[in-house]
Amino acid sequence: MDVSLDDLLSWLPDLTGGLTISAIVTAGSLLLGIPLGLLLALGVQANSRLLRGFCLVMVEIGRGTPALVLLQFIYFGLPSAGMTLTSYSAAIVALACNTGAYTSEIIRAGLQSVPHGQREAAVAIGLSRLDELRYVVLPQGLRVAVPALLGFSILIFQGTSLCFVSALPELLSRAYEIGSTTFQYFPALLLAACLYAVICIPASILVGAVERRAGHYARR
Amino acid sequence: MTGDVLTILAGLPWTLALTAAALALGVVLGVPVALARRSRLLPVWLAAAVFIAVTRSIPPLVWLFIIFFGLGTGYIQISPFVAATAAFGLIATANMAEIYRGGLMAIQHGQWDAAEVLGLGRIHTFADVIAPQAVRVSLPSAASYAIGLLKDTATASTIGVIELTFQANQLAQRNFSGLYAFGIAAAIYILVSLPVAWLARSADFYLRAKVAR
Repeated sequence: MDVSLDDLLSWLPDLTGGLTISAIVTAGSLLLGIPLGLLLALGVQANSRLLRGFCLVMVEIGRGTPALVLLQFIYFGLPSAGMTLTSYSAAIVALACNTGAYTSEIIRAGLQSVPHGQREAAVAIGLSRLDELRYVVLPQGLRVAVPALLGFSILIFQGTSLCFVSALPELLSRAYEIGSTTFQYFPALLLAACLYAVICIPASILVGAVERRAGHYARR
Repeated sequence: MTGDVLTILAGLPWTLALTAAALALGVVLGVPVALARRSRLLPVWLAAAVFIAVTRSIPPLVWLFIIFFGLGTGYIQISPFVAATAAFGLIATANMAEIYRGGLMAIQHGQWDAAEVLGLGRIHTFADVIAPQAVRVSLPSAASYAIGLLKDTATASTIGVIELTFQANQLAQRNFSGLYAFGIAAAIYILVSLPVAWLARSADFYLRAKVAR
């Protein structure tokens, strides 16, 4: 491996540029996906059988399909139905669908952890259904879901590497490109891997800490 | 229509083989890593912890590329399938080690104490008392991990393993209809993961019934 430190340093700005794109895609997918997950979680608990069935099917399709297939379906498939998305928006839409399906299960578990007495109390003091959700169920339920949602966010950040297939110049694509122009695949990819690790390892330690604190709260 | 489905289905054996091979590596190699993670020797414990953290923090696709393009161009000749098996085997090892660790933590301390009182040796205690219970606890998470792994193997299409997603990609490029090709692939993934989930649930039910208290 005849790569000098200068080479590595000269690649770094390019790679961090890719990292920024990965971060933007992560943020976009979470901002779209988590509200979608909340809607699906509420839909799965709805009284209407039609709505419940529809949401269940959406969740199962979203969780059962590999994110890569979903991305290719949206990026390469939708144009044939007359809907062309840029690689940026295709990436965000695909990962947001994935996020929505997975987080709906996390949020549903959180909402179900709210003791039933809380809902009964809300009905007893005459809150409307919307107020019951807004002031009683969601503040308690979402709090329980936070650690798992944070953990999932790390997975979505890692998932942005899939956007390699849709020609989005994120971290992995940049590393691959450096590899193909310099024929130094190994050091270039390793450097990208280090960048992923530098972000994901502290992040998962942090999530672990949040989980333990949440555990304290739950045990009180 | 049936012809297209059959074209994509030709990739199914490769998807299944890759999943099974990686899972087998993980199930076996995960045991020593999980045990090392519980070791009282600091270097051993630290090495296992770092291995697990690093392996899990790097996306599967990056591992695939490091092994296939990184090692494959210049260092050793490696076929796409072998590279994918190595990458997913590595990731499965780290994840299975964490699943085993969770299973071991779920075992009450009294079980170890009782084994010691009975005068069982360390290996005996582990093989006959601890492991059977830990496996039972780990099974549901191992099953959902296996389903996750099945879907993760889709990324192997990028390095040319001729599995489901690769076949869907080829078909999409021939017919200019990605909607259709990837739709079929998605349906196959869902249909395959259903029996796996069902099998895991009934295995869990069976094992639980055997120790019902």
